[in-house]
Amino acid sequence: MSKAVKQKDAVPAIRLQNITKRFGSVVANDNVSLSVQHGQILSILGENGSGKTTLMNMIAGIYYPDHGQIFVDGKEVVIRSPKDAFQYGIGMIHQHFKLVDVFSATENIVLGLDEKEGFSLKRSAKRIMQISLQYGFDLDPDKKIYEMSVSEKQTVEILKVLYRGADILILDEPTAVLTPQETEKLFAVLRRMRDSGKAIIIITHKLHEVLSLSDQVAVLCKGRYIGTVNTAETNESELTEMMVGKKVSLNIARSEPKDPVDRLVVEGITCRNREGAEMLHDVSFTARSGEILGIAGIAGSGQRELLEAIAGLQHVDGRILYHNPKTGQTDDLRDKTPLQIRELGVRLSFVPEDRLGMGLVGNMDIVDNIMLRSYRKGKGMFLERKNPKSLAEKIIHDLEVVTPSANTPVRRLSGGNVQKVLVGREIAASPTVLMAAYPVRGLDINASFTIYNLLNQQKENGVAVIFVGEDLDVLLELCDRIMVISSGKIAGTVDARTATKEEIGLMMTKNSADHDRAQEGGAEHAAETA
Amino acid sequence: MPQKPHKAKEPLFHIAKRDAIVWWKAWGIRIAAILIALVFSGVVSYLLTGENPLRIYAKMLEGAFGTQRRVWGLLQNLAMLLCVSVAVTPAFKMRFWNIGAEGQVLVGGLASAACMILLGDKLPNAVLLIVILAASILAGAVWAVIPAVFRAKWMTNETLFTLMMNYIAIQLVSFFVYKWSVPKGSGQVGVINRATHAGWLPVIGRYDYLLNILIVAAITFIMYVYLKYSKQGYEIAVVGESENTARYIGIPVQKVIIRTMLISGAICGIAGMLLVSGTDHTISRDTAAGRGFTAIMVSWLAKFNPIFMVLTSFLIAFLEKGATEISTAFGLNESFSDIITGIIIFFIIGCEFFIQYTVKFREKEAAK
Repeated sequence: MSKAVKQKDAVPAIRLQNITKRFGSVVANDNVSLSVQHGQILSILGENGSGKTTLMNMIAGIYYPDHGQIFVDGKEVVIRSPKDAFQYGIGMIHQHFKLVDVFSATENIVLGLDEKEGFSLKRSAKRIMQISLQYGFDLDPDKKIYEMSVSEKQTVEILKVLYRGADILILDEPTAVLTPQETEKLFAVLRRMRDSGKAIIIITHKLHEVLSLSDQVAVLCKGRYIGTVNTAETNESELTEMMVGKKVSLNIARSEPKDPVDRLVVEGITCRNREGAEMLHDVSFTARSGEILGIAGIAGSGQRELLEAIAGLQHVDGRILYHNPKTGQTDDLRDKTPLQIRELGVRLSFVPEDRLGMGLVGNMDIVDNIMLRSYRKGKGMFLERKNPKSLAEKIIHDLEVVTPSANTPVRRLSGGNVQKVLVGREIAASPTVLMAAYPVRGLDINASFTIYNLLNQQKENGVAVIFVGEDLDVLLELCDRIMVISSGKIAGTVDARTATKEEIGLMMTKNSADHDRAQEGGAEHAAETA
Repeated sequence: MPQKPHKAKEPLFHIAKRDAIVWWKAWGIRIAAILIALVFSGVVSYLLTGENPLRIYAKMLEGAFGTQRRVWGLLQNLAMLLCVSVAVTPAFKMRFWNIGAEGQVLVGGLASAACMILLGDKLPNAVLLIVILAASILAGAVWAVIPAVFRAKWMTNETLFTLMMNYIAIQLVSFFVYKWSVPKGSGQVGVINRATHAGWLPVIGRYDYLLNILIVAAITFIMYVYLKYSKQGYEIAVVGESENTARYIGIPVQKVIIRTMLISGAICGIAGMLLVSGTDHTISRDTAAGRGFTAIMVSWLAKFNPIFMVLTSFLIAFLEKGATEISTAFGLNESFSDIITGIIIFFIIGCEFFIQYTVKFREKEAAK
């Protein structure tokens, strides 16, 4: 194998030349050229929306480039479908897993394959075990997907492409859903695969991961290819500069909370989903005015249910007490509808995770979306669009929303501008409690900072801000306190000024349910064998 | 070892989504589609019948506009189709798949007929007309609100439910037609109150259908304003686009579903009254004549805009009239008119694809 690696060294495993892809008038990739050798890990670095995923989707056969060529092992190829990609030994691990929940790992891995030796789950399971052993995966081939943790599911996805003989692996933001510990495990596996001669491309926007893992870094900025550098010869600030075009300080301003008072007191809420599984268990906490309370946790640990319970969209047991600063009264918001909550005089704003599916209506224009909060105002049965229109124009101006006009449907806007419209509307309602779920997900650095500044302004105005985030660096820099949620339980609350990432990362996995414990055991086992 | 695909060639064309399209281009595509449809159906009719396609089209025009009576007939058909289309529009805008308009129109008509037969000689005509109107609105609204309540409260499937309600309505009408048939057992109601004209909608001047047409025009305009400028219309749009957003913002989704279906059913009920008391003066299983289903197409083609619906229902009404005419004039099977109508509608609906997407062809080798 090592001989083969050396022979192939001169010819890149995969080379892209002048690839261009347009969606309507948007240029997603403009003349991108790059290459990866066998036995190398290449990071594709770029802000959200810089065209990383589009580029990789063209290699994986999901999109077809408008211009440009792709070479595999020096020969020009045409990749029209994922099947073509597999024939060239290219396998992509997508950000969103494509697995059948009720099937076992083995069944998912062989799904769709037409093996010459015939169909035998036993033999396939054996081969899967072999591959796992070779690269140091830890997986029970008979385990059903629905019993698996996120990182196990990812393992299945990786095994799926290895099983199909992929030589070139593409991973789209593989660490987005993992805890720091799981990320380390994944990186160890990736290094082992590199050493055995695979070419690996990993998409990410986390600088420290790039530096710790890859041999080379290719940087994209707004669809353009900026350049490739050797990881050994670069550092964080140089990469950031390449990524954003100019040096951006990552320091988020943070002021001391001014006379915080308890605004929202949540007492022992418990919530079950439709299948009867407990999504929140005995959750209690307090959000105070004039401070930002961060909520950290692995995606799907109950964050959504918690915010929706407060917003009146989820049935829960327990109490949600709101101290009204105007009247001095205390109201229980539990099981009230959003309308009843508003009628109580509770100024609660909510930026939900699902922007276009819940916070906004994609097919409506900006004015009509701004009007969602206020359309009931005024007597009579007809709408009044004058005030919403001027508010829309103010938000467009103040938050620098890039849009052809206030009458453009919001689904035509980019992710960052969609979010600005949503946050702008929620803040315009002058809330006393502002909840924001992943408000900077998918946003570039500049748009993210616009959002951080808005949240900080609200905090300084005495609003109780609840910020559900995924990037621990941001949580640590922006929030005053961070509450860590794990499998629907509160693992603890820390002071954001003194806590460390490792501390929070550990808490995120602490309270895990039974099946996660098995996985922890597995991790120890892997450490021993390694 | 990776195998090579059989032939390494760029596909001949691929499809890409368009950005917003300028309005005149969109209309250009639509007009081109109609022209291509006319040529295509011309070829088909020549191949099938050997007739000169131009003569066929001339006959179609003649069938629709040939005489003053035909023009009025066309307008009446247009108005009735438009009325039902406007009725189903709020439901479809709310993404409530109301395919029960046929039944709602029928029960509206049945209520009218019942009032005319049972109260025809008991009430003064003005009062009778008001009772007829109220009864038909009530009947249509009840027929529509039953599936709406089940959908809102228990998430039943409204498509199946409204469809089943159609069959109940048809059987109900069959039952009463038998009961009221004149002479007994003939299976036909015949013209109701032929002598007294009790419960007949008044006629403006000599124009039989003018009142119907005016009423539908008013309903269409009101619906346009309601959907576009009223708070309730806004709520319908939000619920239709995303129930999640509606709940998030505090719109009572169940209430909106029920209220909207009440309106939808009420207008269907009015359509039933216009058919029975305003046009046919009788009732049968075929009173609605499939309009409840055609209306869905009319409404979607017009993208739920009641004003555009005037155009789309004109198109359908014209095609039906014209196609029936050529079937009789050339002595062709009745299915032939359906073939022509089908081809033209296929092209019109199909062209929407080219408004949403564009086809990019492979560039010449020289480009490399």
